[in-house]
Amino acid sequence: MYRYDEYDQAVVDARVAEFRDQVERRLKNEISEEAFKPLRLMNGLYLQLHAYMLRVAIPYGTVDSRQMRMLAHIARRYDRGYGHFTTRQNIQYNWMKLEEMPDLLADLASVEMHAFQTSGNCIRNISSDQFAAAAADEIADPRPYAELLRQWSTLHPEFSFLPRKFKIAVTGSTIDRAAIKLHDIGLELVQNEAGEIGLKVLVGGGMGRTPMLGHVIREYLPVADYLSYMEAILRVYNRHGRRDNIYKARIKILVNDLGPAEFARQVEEEWALVKPLGLDPPPSELARIAAHFAPPVLDANAPVEIDLSNPDFANWVAVNTHPHKAPGYTIVTISLKAPGEIPGDASADQMDIIADLAQRYAGDEIRVTHAQNLVLPHVRRADLFDLWQVLVSAGLATANLDRASDIISCPGLDYCTLANARSIPIAQKLAVKLAPQEADLGELKIKVSGCINGCGHHHAGHIGILGVDRKGEENYQLLLGGSGAEDATLAKILGPGFDENGIVTAVEKVIDRYKTLRADPAERFLDTYRRVGAEPFKEAVYG
Amino acid sequence: MPRLLTGNRLETGDVLWWAGSDWSLHIRDAVAVDDDGEALIARLAPQERINDLVLIDVDPTPDGWRPRSTRERVRAVGPSVRPDFALPSLPVDAI
Repeated sequence: MYRYDEYDQAVVDARVAEFRDQVERRLKNEISEEAFKPLRLMNGLYLQLHAYMLRVAIPYGTVDSRQMRMLAHIARRYDRGYGHFTTRQNIQYNWMKLEEMPDLLADLASVEMHAFQTSGNCIRNISSDQFAAAAADEIADPRPYAELLRQWSTLHPEFSFLPRKFKIAVTGSTIDRAAIKLHDIGLELVQNEAGEIGLKVLVGGGMGRTPMLGHVIREYLPVADYLSYMEAILRVYNRHGRRDNIYKARIKILVNDLGPAEFARQVEEEWALVKPLGLDPPPSELARIAAHFAPPVLDANAPVEIDLSNPDFANWVAVNTHPHKAPGYTIVTISLKAPGEIPGDASADQMDIIADLAQRYAGDEIRVTHAQNLVLPHVRRADLFDLWQVLVSAGLATANLDRASDIISCPGLDYCTLANARSIPIAQKLAVKLAPQEADLGELKIKVSGCINGCGHHHAGHIGILGVDRKGEENYQLLLGGSGAEDATLAKILGPGFDENGIVTAVEKVIDRYKTLRADPAERFLDTYRRVGAEPFKEAVYG
Repeated sequence: MPRLLTGNRLETGDVLWWAGSDWSLHIRDAVAVDDDGEALIARLAPQERINDLVLIDVDPTPDGWRPRSTRERVRAVGPSVRPDFALPSLPVDAI
């Protein structure tokens, strides 16, 4: 875990003091709402349908037990006893009070956390692979590189008012759990022929109104140079990105308009100017940061074989654990998707329990996933049964990772001012309906957004659902064939939309048709769709 | 068509409804502002105490005002997925 140094802490503490003053002046009417609104947004505070919402940054989705307990404390002290983990590996609180914000942010700062750059046209929270430093399929831990990006991008004066928000993801594995092709910049750690680690650079991906997959503009970038290269990309975007039309302001539009080759040429040209300025840190600085991410001391004699005679436990192990690079260890995903519950929500008590489990069993680390679940990255297989029993008692032992009821959902119209339709109730209904057959269905990723902005990642769903407003009524479009993984594709709309009950029935029809079409029980829905195309599903849904 | 004036309280973000001489947390207390709405906003907005002032269309029903848009019904009641937080203004299933 990275620990703040004196500069990190000073920056955050100063920001809390500054915002305390700004809030006081706003409450005394010394500054107008027009002037204050951008200030509160820079501190992650939105005004939503029912109350203020605070989005707290969780850099690359990593927290320790001390920080998770603070998140629980905030839920209990300042909210209504729960929080919502988001698709950017952050957490949102839905019932904030402006007058309490300064004290809340001071509490957050006391555990090296903050909420700035979780809104606005700046570089947002850097996301990463939730299995970082633990996955057997990893080349190297991506988080030191993400952390250096965090430091570089925090309050970067040149990039605080970009044409539009900017999202960066970093992964250290060819198995893409960070959706790097769907980010403004996606970075993948790779090795050259000499075995040296570098970065493959993708630019111009994204979801939202105009979904696009990113383009590779550099197959191999030495890690010694990557910060100046990032600076060059952002400079080209900052200079040429459109500011005249909010819907065409993301970097993906610029990359698409110029063409990836021309965009890459301009970046290289800019990089030639930036690189000599000495922005890249010396290797010792990257090594200093990397040292913070040293994995916990693992038991070299940890047993691999464990007692799986309890069928519920065995099923949970089969579904919710993932191979660890160390023998005798495993990666545990704690599902926040019990069918019928709100995807991504966790109560303060659950957060405290997870913090305890992380401290006791998982090297004191917790990861937030972009699929709105939580991960304990370093668990001895021999401890799994004890851990599972605690999860069962806390309502956190749902065995559904990457299955039909493990649905991503944005807050939708139940909370969000931007939404056109509710998304959570759709996810809840689908999860309840599909859970009984999900073991048979295998991997099936359903993703629900309540508006075109796509926070629910509907374009990356094997089955995606987009809520829209149709003459004042909620309406839902059905999309098929998306993926946010290494085989990334964008889902396509199947046909006319449905009402709330109709979309659930339509998804059931799609799944019933899949079961008759799959080549064998192991063929995923996505692979069946890619093999047979949309027509059979269109026929099943629309007749 | 009747219109109500609504906004969010600066200090807390609470949803408020104009009740004739003051604000209420409950849509059941709201009074129709109709043609006076814009003038009311012009008078209240400079006070800078209520954010996002807006006029919304509602229908009168035997149970009280029913906002025409789903969005405003959700605002009036609370999140449909958390009935435990619902305000006693409209039943959750009215959304």
